[in-house]
Amino acid sequence: MRRGPRKTSARIWICGWGLVFSMTLLTLLLGSALWVGERMIAQGDNVIRVQAHASRYNWQFTQPAPDGRLVTTDNILFVPAGQPFEVAIHSDDVIHSFWVPRLGGKMDAIPGHVNLHRLQADQPGQYAGQSAEFSGPGYRDMRFTLVAYDPADPPKALTDAPLPKALP
Amino acid sequence: MTDIPPNKAQRALHLHRELDKVWADLPGLRGFFTSVNHGTIGLRFMATAFVFFAIGGVLAMMIRAQLATRQGAFLSSELYNQIFTMHGSIMMFLFAIPLLEGLALWLLPKILGARDMAFPRLSALGYFCYLFGGTTIVLSLIFGVAPDGGWFMYVPLSDKTYTPGVNADVWLLGVTFVEISAMAAAVEITVTILRCRAAYMPLTKMPLMAWYLLGTAAMMLIGFPPLILGSILLELQRAFDWPFFDITRGGDPLLWQHLFWLFGHPEVYIIFLPAAGALSTIIPVLSRTKILGYGAIVAAILGLVFLSFGLWVHHMFTVGIPHMALAFFSAASALVAVPTAVQVFAWIGTMYEGRVQFRLPMLYIIGFFATFVLGGLTGVMLAMVPFNWQAHDTAFVTAHLHYVLVGGFVFPMLAAVTWWMPMISGRWRVAGLGESAFWLIFIGFHGTFFIMHLTGLLGMPRRIDAYPDNPEWEILNLVSSIFGMIQAAGFALFAFDMVMQWLFGRRSWRNPWRAPTLDWAMPLPAPSYNFASLPGPVHDNATAILPLAKGEGLLPGAPRGHRETLVVEPASGKPDHIAVLASNTALPVLTSLAIGSFFGLMLAGLYWLTPIGIVATLVMAWRWGTIMGVDYDPPWIEVAPLLTLPTHFSVTNTLAYTGCVALLVADGTVFASLLFGLGFLNVVAPNWPAPETGWATGMMGLMALAAFLVILAATFAGRKAATSRDPRVWTRVGFVCAVLGLILMAGLATGLDDPRRHAGDALRAVMLGYVAVHAIVVAMLALRSDRDARTGRVGPHRRGAIPAWQLFQRFLLFTATISLTVVVTQEVL
Ligand code: HEM
Ligand SMILES: [Cu+2]
Repeated sequence: MRRGPRKTSARIWICGWGLVFSMTLLTLLLGSALWVGERMIAQGDNVIRVQAHASRYNWQFTQPAPDGRLVTTDNILFVPAGQPFEVAIHSDDVIHSFWVPRLGGKMDAIPGHVNLHRLQADQPGQYAGQSAEFSGPGYRDMRFTLVAYDPADPPKALTDAPLPKALP
Repeated sequence: MTDIPPNKAQRALHLHRELDKVWADLPGLRGFFTSVNHGTIGLRFMATAFVFFAIGGVLAMMIRAQLATRQGAFLSSELYNQIFTMHGSIMMFLFAIPLLEGLALWLLPKILGARDMAFPRLSALGYFCYLFGGTTIVLSLIFGVAPDGGWFMYVPLSDKTYTPGVNADVWLLGVTFVEISAMAAAVEITVTILRCRAAYMPLTKMPLMAWYLLGTAAMMLIGFPPLILGSILLELQRAFDWPFFDITRGGDPLLWQHLFWLFGHPEVYIIFLPAAGALSTIIPVLSRTKILGYGAIVAAILGLVFLSFGLWVHHMFTVGIPHMALAFFSAASALVAVPTAVQVFAWIGTMYEGRVQFRLPMLYIIGFFATFVLGGLTGVMLAMVPFNWQAHDTAFVTAHLHYVLVGGFVFPMLAAVTWWMPMISGRWRVAGLGESAFWLIFIGFHGTFFIMHLTGLLGMPRRIDAYPDNPEWEILNLVSSIFGMIQAAGFALFAFDMVMQWLFGRRSWRNPWRAPTLDWAMPLPAPSYNFASLPGPVHDNATAILPLAKGEGLLPGAPRGHRETLVVEPASGKPDHIAVLASNTALPVLTSLAIGSFFGLMLAGLYWLTPIGIVATLVMAWRWGTIMGVDYDPPWIEVAPLLTLPTHFSVTNTLAYTGCVALLVADGTVFASLLFGLGFLNVVAPNWPAPETGWATGMMGLMALAAFLVILAATFAGRKAATSRDPRVWTRVGFVCAVLGLILMAGLATGLDDPRRHAGDALRAVMLGYVAVHAIVVAMLALRSDRDARTGRVGPHRRGAIPAWQLFQRFLLFTATISLTVVVTQEVL
């Protein structure tokens, strides 16, 4: 009886809203996400390479001092501000995840794999970091601090580091 | 359209007595252990699932109490880890999946117009596996050895080094034991929908609920095997040190993540589809119209089933996936929202076109819309890689997942329970309580979880037990916890309402919602046999209630004293034969105890005693076959005037045969997952290839070739047996060949390298083990066929176990060819 109107309304609801509307929205969203995602990766040369070694429940960082010596620290990572740096993340025990929320996304530390993660801190200052993958009873304390320093004024911890560590 | 003339009307009460005598459970406790009736088992599944829901809910309240303040002083970290792991695992494996299985088991025969599920004994077996496995898992909490690695049990955290206790074994063995019930249900649901419908109900016209459950069952058949395989591999690593996930010996922890999420993502849709089926059933009736776009919805279901297997990687965006793959899986994850959108708009359109009645189920449906759409939106946000990097593993994800699960599953299921409760209890609800419960749950839920989006965006990780240095999260958490308690009160009130309805509700009249589907074409509460006579083209909707009760439909009563139901051709619904189903028996519970003894011995670490469990299981399995044949040609049965059909004893294309095909689909997926694992480790894992060995390649190659030839010969024997008038020789040959094959494989196994040496060796052993297990199954089936042939159970039309044997034999040939080749070539390459 109401055959006609029902057919058209089915088309409006299902093709119009269900297909066209949702697909348009999703395409826009996806496109912008991919675009933002590309831009979020810090660009530029002169990338500083640091290492993050995660173990239960500690972060060990190896970073270059301004004179090029490698300095190893626990739970604190020094990088120059305004310059991209690449963290090589790895683990020997269980899976952890390196995350500094204010600088960018996270990247897992997986035994047997080294993941590279490129970030940049524009402003000097302290940034809180933490592991973001459950690793057992001490998980909640697996935090660290990232210190972005003014390249003109490197921190004492780097310049006064006692013994130069031999290059691997 | 073929019309089937109606049978002569009889006295309804007389028919009822005759049928109830045949279909009813035994009285008392014996009934509990021997019932195989889908009505009983389905309700039992649902009731048990709600008990586990209550347990999981108590755990949730403990989590919320712990997080309410920043010191969280009342649970230790160790205990907190057990509690959130158990909360997640119970909700997923012991509540959501079993609840939908229970609903399917209870509802399907009714809505399709049949008297029972295709395999009643399998329903009961699944139930007891679920009950025993689930109880073990929960008991582990009382003994303080509950799983504590999170509900996805990532390795290495859950391997022997980092979880030396029995905690992870409880999860792996317990969940696998419970999953037997999921596989059983999946096989049953598939076969029942395809073959146990009302006469001439074509696939394309069946109620949408059946389409949804068919999609669910298909996804279970393909989705669960990767998890089952992963659990077996991890348990092998924990128990025998076979290094599938150990990076130093050629394994890789990422293999676990792939196997887990190959299951884990479809799991979300396995849970969602039945709930959506309930929505598609209830919405049109309460809008007093028909569903909009039946065809589009069916297409959306098929699309979801297909797409959801291509998305698992979006749970692994932070493990270091190549850039292109990120973009691909991101796009696919967004695409899967399209079929969901189609359904949501079809529902909204239906409501817009009709006149919505705000009865209680409709309230839950509104609750669903409000909640699920928000969950879907945050889901699309999470599918965007840059956002995912930020929100992964924070309280934001916890919020998202509960919006999807509670919105997309719990609310529709509560709608379904209130909807079908009159049919279950025969009573109408007590006014007022239900509405109050709804509002408490709804307000409590959003109060708890909406705020958790914010908490997550402020950076609070999930799975932490305290946050002493972050006072800024405290007030949000406190509010969440308070609303959590409100929500719990709501669920308690809901339970109370159900009890009140059962005890004090007034008797409901027939078809109280005025629904069109066949489930309402029966008196309330639903009788043990569902329909006194079966629906057909003349009686194809709920208005046929009286003629069906008076025996005017097909196959009236139970004059032969057997449980009989109609079997149809899958697509058209043309009547094919009559299945004579099993009646009350303790075999299922005994079988589940036998299987359970194996799991129990594994859990206790008494590995050398496990053969007892295996033998007990085989003995039980053997006994399942004894009632499956007869040694005479049963007469054909008059189903309606001019329509006479054979019983399943005299046809080859039985329900059991279709069931075997469905089972082999799942089994083949296990095998494919195994090949995936092999390929993955070969390509991705460091420390490959395996170190050299002194394998006697020539000798081993010959042995593998011999094993292959023997299996080939057995397959030939199976073919001969299938067509031969007197298959006794061929059944013997088949059995002997299968045993010979097993002996050759045992020889091959002794030549293998120690599986503990390298993941490659371990995988090789598993491949061989896979073939050996199937060779044992095939040997049993050949023996069964032989016994059938020798006891007169095989004739020109009666084929006994031979068709099933032939099917498994071919599957064995196929998998053995691949496995043996891999085992040998791995050495050469
Ligand atoms: C009844 C109300 C519920 C409340 C208040 C609740 C609360 C919570 C909370 C607070 C967490 C986070 C634990 C943490 O991160 O430390 C959580 C985790 C979880 N919940 Fe619920 N939940 C509820 C119902 C459900 C339901 C119905 C399901 C599934 C059908 C479910 C499945 C999960 C899962 C899978 C997790 C993750 C566990 C893990 O991280 O391993 N929850 N729940
Ligand atoms: Cu997913």
